[in-house]
Amino acid sequence: MKKSATHKRIFSISRKEFLHIIHDPRSLIIIIVLPILQLVMFGYALNMEIQNIDLAVIDHSQTSVSRDLIEQFEGSKYFSVFYYDGPIGEIDELFLNRKARLILIIDRDFQRKFQRESGTSVQILVDAADPNAATMIKQYTNGVIMQFNENYNGKLPLTFKVKPRIWYNPDLKSDYFFVPGLVALILVMISALLTSITIAREKEMGTMEQILVSPIKPIEIILGKVLPYIGLAFLDGLLILILGIFMFKVPFIGSYFLLILLSILFIITALSLGLMISTVVQTQQVAMLVALAVTLLPTIMLSGFIFPLKSMPVILQYISYIVPAKYYLIIIRGIMLKGNTLFQLAGQIFFLLLMSLVLLGNAVRKFNINLEK
Amino acid sequence: MSNSVYAVETTDLTRRFGKFIAVDKVSLNVHKGEIFGFLGANGAGKTTLIRMLSGILAPSSGQANVAGYNIYDQTEQIKKNIGYMSQKFSLYDDLTIAENIDFFGGIYGLSARILEERKAALLQKVGLADFSNRLTRDLPLGFKQRLALGSSLLHDPPIIFLDEPTSGVDPKARRSFWDLIYDTCEMGKTVFVTTHFMDEAEYCHRVSILRDGQIIALDNPRALKKKYGKSSMQEVFVHIVKEKDLE
Repeated sequence: MKKSATHKRIFSISRKEFLHIIHDPRSLIIIIVLPILQLVMFGYALNMEIQNIDLAVIDHSQTSVSRDLIEQFEGSKYFSVFYYDGPIGEIDELFLNRKARLILIIDRDFQRKFQRESGTSVQILVDAADPNAATMIKQYTNGVIMQFNENYNGKLPLTFKVKPRIWYNPDLKSDYFFVPGLVALILVMISALLTSITIAREKEMGTMEQILVSPIKPIEIILGKVLPYIGLAFLDGLLILILGIFMFKVPFIGSYFLLILLSILFIITALSLGLMISTVVQTQQVAMLVALAVTLLPTIMLSGFIFPLKSMPVILQYISYIVPAKYYLIIIRGIMLKGNTLFQLAGQIFFLLLMSLVLLGNAVRKFNINLEK
Repeated sequence: MSNSVYAVETTDLTRRFGKFIAVDKVSLNVHKGEIFGFLGANGAGKTTLIRMLSGILAPSSGQANVAGYNIYDQTEQIKKNIGYMSQKFSLYDDLTIAENIDFFGGIYGLSARILEERKAALLQKVGLADFSNRLTRDLPLGFKQRLALGSSLLHDPPIIFLDEPTSGVDPKARRSFWDLIYDTCEMGKTVFVTTHFMDEAEYCHRVSILRDGQIIALDNPRALKKKYGKSSMQEVFVHIVKEKDLE
């Protein structure tokens, strides 16, 4: 009897929460359209690869060897080659006018040196106004030149060859990297952001008080509130995953079951964070700002979603230890790309469990205390 | 409900917020079936008192029983036996009328059958039977207020607390709301209502006047008017408050 009353009350809260979402087109957009939009946006914009880099060539050599080198560049999908025949003193104009991002200058005696002497050089100028791009361009250029050297084998000064084998993502596609990250981002957004806003709204409107004077228990309110969002977050995560696998051909090597299980753990962690926020704020706007600051931004910046943690200042690396998405990213990338097993992810699971226990315990306690004020 | 003749009884009930004393040693008894008015300016402590009696705010000291249950350790029983309506008419604007009623019935754990019956009766009573699928947002304030009252009575509590239920509503709607309060009273329920409209005080069986957290007068309106030789509660209120200011 008592138990069924509990179920009934939790169900009432959940159903109402669901109706709020159904009745409000804006929240529907946030929940369904935004993730798809983000997927497409990140999918095409977050592409770290640069293609068709404008390469200006100044060929003083005009020999078959120099033409071979230029052809090597033309054959690469990364470069689009054109010849520059203006005055050599004004080549910086090419960068200033954004006509080229890379300039290749081949000396007059290139062929002679290349064939008779032990080494020769070409001059390469890179526009490093965007340092990340410049680094990539340099790497692509090195690659092309190495290939060229290999073709003229025998004259190589190298005594051994390095042939890297790249595992788990042999083509180094950034899609493989960000689709799992996007799942994490969406889960955090729905779980933490929406939950904290929905509770803040009740406080702001005064409806929370009306609920509190009923015999419903705080834990029933919390459960009733979070259940629909667990469901939504879960569906959204699935949507992104399916789109990612079909649209961007992201592989899935590991266990679906394990990923689902650990995703639920992550959702609970993020929800606990949202609940914590909702216990300390009074209005929807503040809830949104705080949630953005403590959930969304760290998830984008400090989880390894886009920027590698190892290259960050030490202090940020320490902060990243309390960002739940950091652990979830290792989990989801591990399962999808490497086929990680439960045991291999034990450390990450432990941290997420610990975090959700601490957060949820605090949130429920704070929720209770707030009622007594 | 217990055998006590009182629906609400308090002794030296006190609530402090830091150094500020919001409710200061309030002692009063409310009879079953009575319409008990609580008058006072904004900030006099009316809402704090109601929140303590509803079991959502713990007192600092003093004693109180509501529906025969102690407000320290029987709040769950109290919550089952009271209805509560705040000045915000806490309904969800983005839900339909029927969805609101379903929700409030649901959190009191009403069975589907009872809820359907009471929902139909409530809609009939407030004149919204044909509009149950309308959004609550589109209702005129007067209807919203009557719907809020009805929603807080769905679980058929013997006591109802109304915290400034008529603020922001026009005089005509206020009048018809009081008709509803009388109906509720005739059903044998105890009505505990706070207001800062002195004309509404005339409708109560007994009123108490609260000032700086203390009760400075408590009697039926006629006796109060007689005692101070005034013709309306408005004048009584002004007189008493001024008297206290001079002290």
